[in-house]
Formats: sequence, structure tokens, C-alpha cells
Amino acid sequence: MSDLEQTLRETARRLLTEEQVDLVIGFGQGTLPLRTTPRFIRDPDQVDQLVWNLSCENNLSTYLKHTQGKVGIVAKGCDARSIVGEIVERQIPRENVVVIGVPCQGVIDRQAIEAELGEREVLEAQIAHGQVVLRGADFEEALAVREVLCDDCIVCHHKNPPLYDVLVGELAEDGGDVGEYPTVQKLESWSHDERWAYFSSEFSRCIRCYACREACPCCYCPECFVDQSQPSWIDRGDDLSDIIAFHLVRIYHVAGRCLDCGACARACPMHIDLRTLGRKLEKDVREMYEYESGMSLEATPPLSTFRQDDPQEFIK
Amino acid sequence: MSKWTISKSDVSGFLDELHKSYQVFAPLRREDILVLERVSDQDSVVLDFYNTKQAPKEVFFPRSEVLFSYRDGEVIPASLSDERRVVFGIRPCDARSSVLLDQVFDAADFQDPYYVNRRQNTLLIGLACNKPLSTCFCTTVGGGPFSTDGLDLLWTDLGDRYLVETITERGEVLTASSSLLRQATEEDTTAKAEIATAAEQMVSGPSTEGVKEKLDGMYEDPFWDEVHLKCLGCGVCTYLCPTCHCFDIVDEGRDGRGQRVRNWDTCQFSLFTHHTSGHNPRPTGKERMRQRMMHKFNYFVANFDDIACVGCGRCVRECPVNLDIRAVIESITQIGAG
Repeated sequence: MSDLEQTLRETARRLLTEEQVDLVIGFGQGTLPLRTTPRFIRDPDQVDQLVWNLSCENNLSTYLKHTQGKVGIVAKGCDARSIVGEIVERQIPRENVVVIGVPCQGVIDRQAIEAELGEREVLEAQIAHGQVVLRGADFEEALAVREVLCDDCIVCHHKNPPLYDVLVGELAEDGGDVGEYPTVQKLESWSHDERWAYFSSEFSRCIRCYACREACPCCYCPECFVDQSQPSWIDRGDDLSDIIAFHLVRIYHVAGRCLDCGACARACPMHIDLRTLGRKLEKDVREMYEYESGMSLEATPPLSTFRQDDPQEFIK
Repeated sequence: MSKWTISKSDVSGFLDELHKSYQVFAPLRREDILVLERVSDQDSVVLDFYNTKQAPKEVFFPRSEVLFSYRDGEVIPASLSDERRVVFGIRPCDARSSVLLDQVFDAADFQDPYYVNRRQNTLLIGLACNKPLSTCFCTTVGGGPFSTDGLDLLWTDLGDRYLVETITERGEVLTASSSLLRQATEEDTTAKAEIATAAEQMVSGPSTEGVKEKLDGMYEDPFWDEVHLKCLGCGVCTYLCPTCHCFDIVDEGRDGRGQRVRNWDTCQFSLFTHHTSGHNPRPTGKERMRQRMMHKFNYFVANFDDIACVGCGRCVRECPVNLDIRAVIESITQIGAG
């Protein structure tokens, strides 16, 4: 157990014992290698179940839309930004959440590891000294951590939670200004036809399980437009145009709010590229409105406001 | 039934033979995902794999299918295809799921023509699991890595060749028409038996003994209050599950014409069993998670004397929050014990 884990557990214990919160949502040991699992703890005696490592991949803030009472929540940089968004968008009252901020070193991309190993099953994994050591029945392979982090974690600029009530661990150094949008630059270099072909191919794998939507802290509509029947905006079958309509509307609905935490892509069982479009919109919002979501409780989300003197240069 | 062998170098020839009479579905690589899809000339079938991402139930019970269409007051029935199909390389757990689904869609008192038609026109050629995954638990739910339930042929990888065992009359006919098979020797069957024993020993999982009876008395148990908390309410587990088979029927109509469509549904969606009145008998994740566990390990057992889980482990591997059904079964077993 690391010192950080120890501090995390003590923090959770204190919050529960002092009745500052009714519930702590954190990460516990999962049942598979490189896997943690969300843990809901109400009993101070159970805080030893909490862990912290590079496999804490879920964005736990998505649970806040369903929880009651005062909640302590373990939050990486992007998770804390999601919480800020939920507060700003009045989905959760600030006073109901105690943010246990943990500076992030990135999370491991299990899909990338799977792709690297092919048909070799990892039975055991250890993360130490900048390496992930993977063991199977008849192999052992060490990969550099930086090569198996989620790609956007590598260029992440907000490893530290912008909002926290308790900070566990030392503040991390954020990345530089270079190469923040490699996937977006690739997308922008493509012709319309190339973009259409790429995303049609990606979305053609969609099975409409809606794991992306459910994992997303921004997706909190009481009734998603795809579930509405009067009127029915899109058909329920497997027509690609309906599937694309779902993904495009979803991504536009979270424009200016999505901060590219990657929860949607990690949840997708079909490994669909759900991040590139979101990141493109995140970049656009940043460039057009000088706004980054989830950074401040005071800033007004640009797509939620209207100004009489808006130049509206996009109207031709 | 008969036993044959086929050299690995002859497998593509065997598939070519199949192609002459059947549409072949087999494991194929699409991007970094192993799918089970219709094989075209350009595809190379993957036979060194653990299991496909999606379950083969789609071959019989598509994610979306038109039941009939209508135009200007006239009903146009969907035509049932007489396409003959072979699913090649299906794992024994998945083949067993077809036997379970038959009880729902091809029961004595009710037959689903769409499903039954595809089932009757489809042969299943299984590939035994020499190396089950650590997430597989087929042996604890009535199956096994070499189970022949639902299969017409079972193939076993013996290194440079496959042992081909016929299980059904249809399988017998299929092997009789191939020029690439050789009579198996005793050495071949001994080799298979050794591999099968080793593979069966590799599979572990929670005991499901007594789980049905336990669940009989657990409908109102506080257990359900906690177990669902981390569930996101997505459809990954049920959509990838070979035995989950709930569906929703919608009418898609405009301007006097339209169609009635059957789509997969999942008990994990908030819309599942949401009544037109607005009432939902399963209003929260608690009731929905209970439904999933009850349906698999209690209701299905009561109806068909079988657990509606084949232990393929897809939900274990793919759940976005690692809600492991094996752990849930174990917790149920332990309630009130000791």
C-alpha cells in the first residue's frame, strides 16, 4: 500500500466518522488484472477497501446524478472538472459534495494493452518503476507506463483537480503546450469524405448499448432524446444513419461541457473512437470562446449564455 | 458418431467447400475486435482466438429485425429466408446458449418463426476451448470447454490438425461430403481426451448450487440495495451476453406505411418495462439488477430447469465498471452462511 493510499483511506475514514459525508465513492480492487472497480463506502471500517493506482480509470462523478445526501468522492483532475461542470449546471448542490482530489498521473489504456498482446491473456499485472509488467500463462512482458496510458492522458493539461475540499498527494506538474491535439490535427487535415468514411466505419460497430452515455458525467438528461417516443427522433434499429445521429447529437449536446475525460471511450466495448470528435469540439470551444469547461465554479458556460453584443460572425 | 481429422493446411479448402452450399459465419478480425460475421471472399477466418467479442445469438436473433411491414392498410409479411448457414468456430459455451434460447423461441406451445427458421437452417461447427480464459466459468453453470450441447460438429485443435467429431446426423452428412477429412486414429482421440481434461481443470468459478433456491427467498433482500450501486445502467453485459434475449417491439411508420420492428432490449435500461402510463415497476438500478440476476438464476431455472448463463465471461471482461457477475453469485451464496 502506498502512502497516498494510506492518506486516502484516512481521509475517507475521517469524513465518514465525523459525519461530514454519508457516503464515500472511491476505487476498490477489481477482479481482473489492471482493473479497479467503483466502491461505495458508508462504514468507516470499510475504508481499507480503497485503492489508488494507474487503473483508477472510471470517472466516478457520473454517479453523483443518482446519489442522495452528502457524498465524498475521489476525483482525478478530469473527474473534478466534471464535478465542477455538474455544480455549474446545477445538477448537484456544491454543499452536497466533498471532493477528495487526487493529482493524476494518467490512467492505463487497457484496450491498447489488449491490442498489443493480441490473443495472450494477462493473468497478473504489476505497476512499478514506470513499467507495467504483464504476466500470462506462458509469457512475461514489460511495457513502459507512458506507452500504455490513454493517449489523452499523455497530453493532459489538468492533472490536478481544479476543485477539491481535501487534497491527497502532491500537486502534479501539468504538461507543456505542445501537441495537445494530435488526433484533432489529423482529423482537421482530412477531407469531408475522409472524415465521413472514418466515422461511418467507427460508428458502424456501435451496438447501441449506450455505455458511452451512461459513463458520461455530462449525460444527465432525465430522458435522453433517443429514448423519447413522442416524437421519436431516431429509430431504434441498427440503421447506420440512426446510430450516427445518436453519436453526433450526443457529442454536440456535450459541446462546451465535455472535457475529454475519456470515460465514454473506455466504457465502449466495441472500441469506437468516441474521443476525437469530442476533443475537436472542446478545441473549438476553447478557441472560439476562450473557455475550458470545469475549471471554475464562477465561469458561465459559453453555450448557456446569450449576449446582445455577440458578434455572431458565423451568420453569413 | 464418427471421428475425423483435418490438416490445418486444409481448413481453408474445407471452408471453400462449405461456401458452395452455405453462408458461412466465422470469427473475423475487424480493426482490433474479433467479430463473428458473414465471411466473404476477402476475409481470413481467425481460428487462434479466445472468443468473439459478441455472442453468436445475432445469427438467429438479430439486434434489429423487421417482423412485417404495411402500406396503405395492407400487411406485407417479412419473407423468411431459406438461406442455409454454418457458424464455424463457435465456442461450446456459445453453442450451449442456442440450446437455452431454443426453449424460449422454439417451445412446445410457441414457436417464433423468424428464430426457428434460422436455427433450422444453420449448422454449428464448434471449436473446443483448449485454453479457456481466466474469466470463463462454463463448468460451474452446466457446460464445459468441450461441451457438445447444440453442436453439429466439434473440432479440437491437436497442433498440426483438428480432430473433427460429428455430434448430430446433420454433422454426419456434412463430414461425409468433404474430401479433406481423414479417419481419426486412436492416437487422435487420446490426444483430445488429454487436452480436454487439462482444459476442464483450468476453468473455475463460483458454485451455482442452491443459488436458485436462495434467490427464491431474496426478492426483498437488502442485498439488492447495494449490489447495483456501481452499475452504470448500460447494456454492455446483456447485449454481449449469449443468453440474454429480451426484446422490444416498435412500429416505425410514416405516411400510411411502415414496419413493425423487433429490437434487442435490456433489463438494465431505465426504459425497460416502462409503462405507457408512466409507471415503471423497475424504477431504479436496484430492481433492474435484481431482474438480471433473477432472470438468469431463478426464473429461467423455474421455467426451463437450466441457468440462463453459459459462463462465457463476456460480461465479466467487458463491464465498464468491473461489476463481476461471478462475485455477485458468490455474494448471494454467502448470504446467511456461517
